[in-house]
Amino acid sequence: MARFVLRRLLQSCVVLLGVTLVVFLLLQLVPGDPVRVALGTRFDPQTYEALRARAGLDQPLVAQYFDYLGRALTGDLGVSFRSGRPVTSIVLERLPATLSLAVTAVVFATLIAFPLGILSAIRSGSFVDHAARVFSQFGVSVPDFWMGIMGILLFAGVLGWLPPSGYVALTEDPAGWASHVALPAATVGLVTASILTRFIRSSMLEVLSEDYVRTAEAKGLRTRVVVLRHVLRNALIPVVTVVAVQLASLLGGVIVIEVLFAWPGIGRLTYDSVQARDYPVLQGAILLVAALFLLVNLLVDILYARLDPRITVR
Amino acid sequence: MSERQRVDHQLTATTTSSGGGDGQLRRALSALRHDPLALTGSAVLALLVVVGLAGSWLAPSGVNDVDVDRMLQPPSWSHPFGTDELGRDVLSRVLVAARVSLQVGLVSVGIALVVGVTLGLFAGYYRGWLDNVLMRCMDVLFAFPVLLLAVAIVAVLGPGLTTAMIAIGVVYTPIFARVTRAGVLSVREQVFVRAAVSIGASDLRIMRRHVLPNIAAPLIVQTSLSLAFAILSEAALSFLGLGVQPPAPAWGRMLYDGRGFVTEAWWLGVFPGAAIFLTVLAFNLVGDALRDVLDPRQLTVSEARRNS
Repeated sequence: MARFVLRRLLQSCVVLLGVTLVVFLLLQLVPGDPVRVALGTRFDPQTYEALRARAGLDQPLVAQYFDYLGRALTGDLGVSFRSGRPVTSIVLERLPATLSLAVTAVVFATLIAFPLGILSAIRSGSFVDHAARVFSQFGVSVPDFWMGIMGILLFAGVLGWLPPSGYVALTEDPAGWASHVALPAATVGLVTASILTRFIRSSMLEVLSEDYVRTAEAKGLRTRVVVLRHVLRNALIPVVTVVAVQLASLLGGVIVIEVLFAWPGIGRLTYDSVQARDYPVLQGAILLVAALFLLVNLLVDILYARLDPRITVR
Repeated sequence: MSERQRVDHQLTATTTSSGGGDGQLRRALSALRHDPLALTGSAVLALLVVVGLAGSWLAPSGVNDVDVDRMLQPPSWSHPFGTDELGRDVLSRVLVAARVSLQVGLVSVGIALVVGVTLGLFAGYYRGWLDNVLMRCMDVLFAFPVLLLAVAIVAVLGPGLTTAMIAIGVVYTPIFARVTRAGVLSVREQVFVRAAVSIGASDLRIMRRHVLPNIAAPLIVQTSLSLAFAILSEAALSFLGLGVQPPAPAWGRMLYDGRGFVTEAWWLGVFPGAAIFLTVLAFNLVGDALRDVLDPRQLTVSEARRNS
C-alpha cells in the first residue's frame, strides 16, 4: 500500500511537471509578442518594458521556464497584463463560485443517477430500465449550453420562476444563491447524471452476474438483502472513481455554462482572459485546474486502493 | 515475391482472418442493419452528409441576406425556422452550418486518429523508454479538461476554423494513443506476431499487416464515439466565439448570438441546438451499436470525459 501510494505520488509529480511545461509553452506559441498583443492600443513603451520584465520575457527560454516553475511553486503565478494584480489571487477569488456550482451539480446528479442506475440494473428490461437508457443516451448527446438555454426559456421566460442568469454569494444570501444556482446546476447535473446512470447500471449488471450473487440467491436470501449486502458494495467501488472524476472536471469550471449564466467562476475567468488576451491569467487558471484535477485523481486512486486491495497488486 | 514474403502472406491470411479487419467490418455492418436505433442513426448521418454537401443549394435564401424589416419573425411558411435579429433566415443558416460541423468533426478526429494510433502503435510495440516517454506525454495532455485545453490552444493560435480543428484534434489524440497501445500490448504477444518476427518480417510490416488489423475493432468504436464528442466540442468552441468566425454560420455561434433574445424569440434557441443534438445523437447511436458488436467489454472511458 505505501509503495503504491508513493509510486502514484511520484507519477503525479512527473505529470504535474509536464503540465507546467505545457502551460509555460502556451505563452511562447502566441504569434508575435504577447505583451504587445495584450496591450493593443494602450501601448506605451514604459508599461511594455515593465510587463515584459515582470513576465521574464527578456530572459532566455530555459531560464524563463525554471524561473516560472520556481515562482509557481511558491504560489506566484505572475501578474495580470490587464489589471496588474497578482494572478494567484485573481484565480483564487473565482474558486468559491465554481466550487458551489460543481458541488451542487454533483449532488443533484447523484440523487438522480443512483436510484435510476440501480433500479434499471435490478429490473433489467423493465420500463424503468428503458427510461434510464433513453435518459442516459439523451444526456451524453445533448449540448449542455443548449439545455441551459432551454431552461432559461422555460423557467425564466415562460414560467418566470427563476432568474435567467447572475450570481449571489452563498455566504451573503443563501436563498438568492439557491435561486441563481438552480438552473446552471440542474443543467450541468443532468449531463453528469446521465453519465453516472450508465456507469452505475453497467457496474451493477456486471456484479449481478457474479457467482457469489447466485450463491446468495440460492441459499434463499431475499433480493433486498442480496442487493444491499453483496451487489451494491462491490458495484459502487468503480462508481466512486467516476463521481470523483466528474467532480474534478466540473471544478475545472464548466466554461460554456458559466459564460451562459454569467457565473463568475474559473470557467468564466478563462473565457474573459481569452477575450482580453490576458495570457498570465489564462495560464494561471489552466495550471490551477490541471493541478486540482491531478490531485483529485491521485486521492481517488488511493481511496480506491483502500476500498479494493486488489488494485495495488496490478 | 521472395519465399519469405510468401510465407509471411500465408501467415497473415491464416492468422488474421478469424478476427481481422474484413470480418469485423462485415459483422459490424450486418449488426447495424438489424438494430433499429443504429439504422435511424445511420439515416440521420446520411441526411447530414447530403445537407453538408449541398447545404447552400438546399437553403431557401442566402445565409447573410440581412433584412432588418423582417427581424425576429416567428416561424412561417416563408421562414420555417423564423428569422434572427438581423432578419436572416434561420433555416438557411442551420442547413449551411451543417458542413462546418461535419468538417471540423471529421478533420479533427482524423488528426487524432492518425497521430494517436501512430504514437500508440510505436509505444506498445517497442515498449521501453519510448513507451514511457510517449505515454507520460499523453498523461500530461490527459490532465487538462478537454474543453479547457481546446480553448487554450485556440486562444493562443487565434480563433478560426483551422485552429479549432487542430485544437480538437490535439485534445482527442491521447485517447486514441491509449486505446491503440492497450490493443498492441495484447496482440504483440500472439503466436502469429512471433512467427512473423522469426521469419524476419520488418517491424513496420508486422505493425501494418499483423497488429493494426487486429486492433481495428476498438479503433472503429472509438472513432465513431469521438466524432460525437468532437462535434459537441466544436459547438462549444463556436458558442464561445472561438470557432468559425462570423458572418459564416455555425450552430454554436447561432445559439450564442440568439441567447439574449430567446425569451422573446424561442426559435433562435431551439433550432440550431436541435441540429447539434440530432447530429451528436446519431453518431452516438451508431457508435454504441458498433461497440456492442465489436468491443462489448470496452469501458466507456470517453464517456467519463464527456463533461470535462
